[in-house]
Amino acid sequence: MSTPLRNRRYVAFLGGFLLVALLLAGGASYLASGSPDGLDAVTQTGCSETEGSLQGQCIAQNAGDHATAESPFADYAVGGDDTLTGVAGVVGVIATLVVAGGLFWVLRRRSGP
Amino acid sequence: MTTDVVAMHMSDGIVNAPVSLAFGVVAIVGLAVCVARARRDLDDRTAPLAGLVAAFVFAVQMLNFPVLPGVSGHLLGGALTAILVGPYVGALCVAIVLVLQALLFADGGLSALGTNITNMALIGTFVGFAVAVAMRPLARRSRAGLLLTAFVAAWVNTVVASMGFVLEYALGGQGLALGTVFGLMAGFHALIGIGEGVITALTVGAVAAVRPDLVYLLRGERTTLTIKESAR
Repeated sequence: MSTPLRNRRYVAFLGGFLLVALLLAGGASYLASGSPDGLDAVTQTGCSETEGSLQGQCIAQNAGDHATAESPFADYAVGGDDTLTGVAGVVGVIATLVVAGGLFWVLRRRSGP
Repeated sequence: MTTDVVAMHMSDGIVNAPVSLAFGVVAIVGLAVCVARARRDLDDRTAPLAGLVAAFVFAVQMLNFPVLPGVSGHLLGGALTAILVGPYVGALCVAIVLVLQALLFADGGLSALGTNITNMALIGTFVGFAVAVAMRPLARRSRAGLLLTAFVAAWVNTVVASMGFVLEYALGGQGLALGTVFGLMAGFHALIGIGEGVITALTVGAVAAVRPDLVYLLRGERTTLTIKESAR
């Protein structure tokens, strides 16, 4: 019995899955809406945003600065450059694949001796 | 359009420290159970797929879609991962995405990781999976049944995960009346859940079209029966 990863059809399936994820994160992410998501919209209710600061009274005013706000990929940009969102996305997909795939590979039931 | 990119998940300070800490404990205990149970669902074949499912959820979470003027939504991924790789592995997929988003992309506070994991990785995934299991006979019957199951499970997953936030806000938040928070969260997420449902149905449908044997929800029972019969 050949191992699953030697099965060409299965590897092609996995490769296709990865390609779709990379295309979505690297390309389609430019089409994403810049509006706050549902939760952010709720926390910003009561405030209006002018030049990055919140006026009025809302839940979001309790939010602290992010501990990793200085990260090179903060806010899905690269060094603060929004035009590189796709690059940040590709980095994220690969990082997720490595961390999750690595954990699951370690956790898996070993087949055979 | 430079600094107005908003984080997708709860930031630090939205709920107070004791509540953040308490849900940090809930998240750690929940994920520990998932790690222990995930081993059963992972083998040479499913482990690489599960890693890819996590990467896919990361990618799709970047795609905010508009739901109302000034309000967008994005995939949470609980029902999607649970249907494809099972609830325990699925919860771990979503949790890993949330941890990486917080650490690498400054999206979602570090002290809020417990609340975000509880809402999206634990509540969303397990409730979504429970709905999918309840609808499994329908999902097995036809392709339309599978798509409908994925859609409904994902819609419920989104709305229920948003109620996790309402609970945490009730326990340790301030700034807006609880009833208002509940109404807005439920209303927005009833709409976002439609997008979640469509994305989940498309993804599950695509995987099922190529490799139905890899869809966790559709596996089980039948295989067990064959094994028992052949053992006789």
